[in-house]
Amino acid sequence: MSNEGYNARFINRQSFIELGARERAKALFDAGTSRELLGPFDRVESPWLAMQGVTPQEDDGCVVMKGKIAGQAAVVVALEGAFQGGSIGEVSGAKMTAALDLACADNEKGIRTSAVILLETGGVRLQEANLGLAVIAELMASILALRKHAPVICLTAGTVGCFGGMSLAAGLASYVVMTREARLGMNGPEVIEQENGVEEFDSSDRALIWAIHGGEQRYATGLADALVDDDTPQVANAIRHFTSKGIPAVHRSSQVALYRNRIAKLDTSQQWDPKEFRALWTTNGSNEENR
Amino acid sequence: MSEYAGVRGTVWFHAFTGRSSPMHGDPKSVLTGDASLGNEHARFLCVVPDPHGRFPCARHGEVGLEEAVTLATRVREVIEHDKNTIKRPIIAIVDVKSQAYGRREETAAIFLAAAAAADAYGSARLAGHPVIALVVGHALSGAFLTHGYQANRILAFDDDGVMIHAMHKEAAARVTRRSVDELEKLAKEIAPMSYDIRDYAKLGLLHKLLHVENPVKPSQQEIRNVQNELVAAIADARSGPVDLRNRLESTAARETRKASLLVRSKLEAQWLEK
Repeated sequence: MSNEGYNARFINRQSFIELGARERAKALFDAGTSRELLGPFDRVESPWLAMQGVTPQEDDGCVVMKGKIAGQAAVVVALEGAFQGGSIGEVSGAKMTAALDLACADNEKGIRTSAVILLETGGVRLQEANLGLAVIAELMASILALRKHAPVICLTAGTVGCFGGMSLAAGLASYVVMTREARLGMNGPEVIEQENGVEEFDSSDRALIWAIHGGEQRYATGLADALVDDDTPQVANAIRHFTSKGIPAVHRSSQVALYRNRIAKLDTSQQWDPKEFRALWTTNGSNEENR
Repeated sequence: MSEYAGVRGTVWFHAFTGRSSPMHGDPKSVLTGDASLGNEHARFLCVVPDPHGRFPCARHGEVGLEEAVTLATRVREVIEHDKNTIKRPIIAIVDVKSQAYGRREETAAIFLAAAAAADAYGSARLAGHPVIALVVGHALSGAFLTHGYQANRILAFDDDGVMIHAMHKEAAARVTRRSVDELEKLAKEIAPMSYDIRDYAKLGLLHKLLHVENPVKPSQQEIRNVQNELVAAIADARSGPVDLRNRLESTAARETRKASLLVRSKLEAQWLEK
């Protein structure tokens, strides 16, 4: 490919990352088929934030849309990373869980409905602490119930990434789609540095962070099913691909023997170079390849 | 606030199973055992500290990579074994400090290992196994999501050594830019922020609070009482649906989680429109 062609492609890109949660959700549906449920005009806000002098938002940073993707019923739930870091509170968590439960009920009635969850989140909203943690557990239960019937696709585009308890929700998804600008992990570098010191993780080492949590590494080690450019049509295309594909033969989080063996083989006497780690964990574990 | 010591899990695992060693091939930090409970056999699982564990950041009772995949393995073993027969109860004894915070853990995707354990517990529940979490000590954050929070019913001791929370106090204060004093003051007024198990009970997530005079040294009578409570919780779980709706239908939840219930009713109404 010539440089000129590459540049033209880059310039003509329609950035997905620059979109807010509402626009992101809408962009994934077949044109003209989506409608928002429990939108900002319904004004269901967090009851806990104002008590602490934090301004709530009328959608609690969570957008739910229903419509069609590749001609089939789907629900998309998108977290707004710009509101409280995409953190999960009682209301945003209940919206996600309720949407997935309704999709599950539709599947049980014979209306095949898949779900796409757009995770840009640091995890539990600490102002709602225990309810945040509880709703993540409930969301995980709902993902497990729904994914028996139809795929649950996790899309993490960036730039917040997906961390904390919500990374477990991503781990339960049927498919994970990421961009190079996205990160996925349980504990962010700052938390690790605070808990176990700078020798364990230097949170100012940007290159190290991307080498471990970044979309490219997650895809190369079989922990994500697709790596897409920050380009809206390309993202939407990947989502259509996975909603049409149906559920994987074995979900990644159920491949216990594979991962138990991989973990048992690791030499824990030293830190690993993320590049070398790719050689150990090839994409064999990915759902794409397991089909 | 009592410090996490990692003793309670071992004590209660031994009280129920008479064992204190791991199953063959498992790391020392995960105890699994089958023992009679009421009129049947149940599987008990517990994560305990192992100061010599392979992973340096998971030696003090944290749930790390090995702990999570071992739990997943031992729970899945029961699902497979009971596939065509009566589903035996699975009891998660919960006393976990936190998830493991380490570079190795992140590189090797602790998020997936943790999800695998939650998947196993959740799949057991969906398959009809009564899954009961008994919180005897700490149940923090990702560690609780991994081990216990997918249970049909959650029981907890009601003393100051029990703590269920999203993040330990010092870190939560740092992240929300408050002093620990300010955080404690707020926690008194706002139930979901409280570190007190009696406030946690107000959220409606617990099946029941149990009292044991000294949870580190229970009497035989107290052990029998707790066993009876487990048997009752198992029967209750078997009589209800396999999902987690009981957590929202409890009397306490109807009061504290009005917003959750409002979201569910409104979303359902709008889902059906058009």
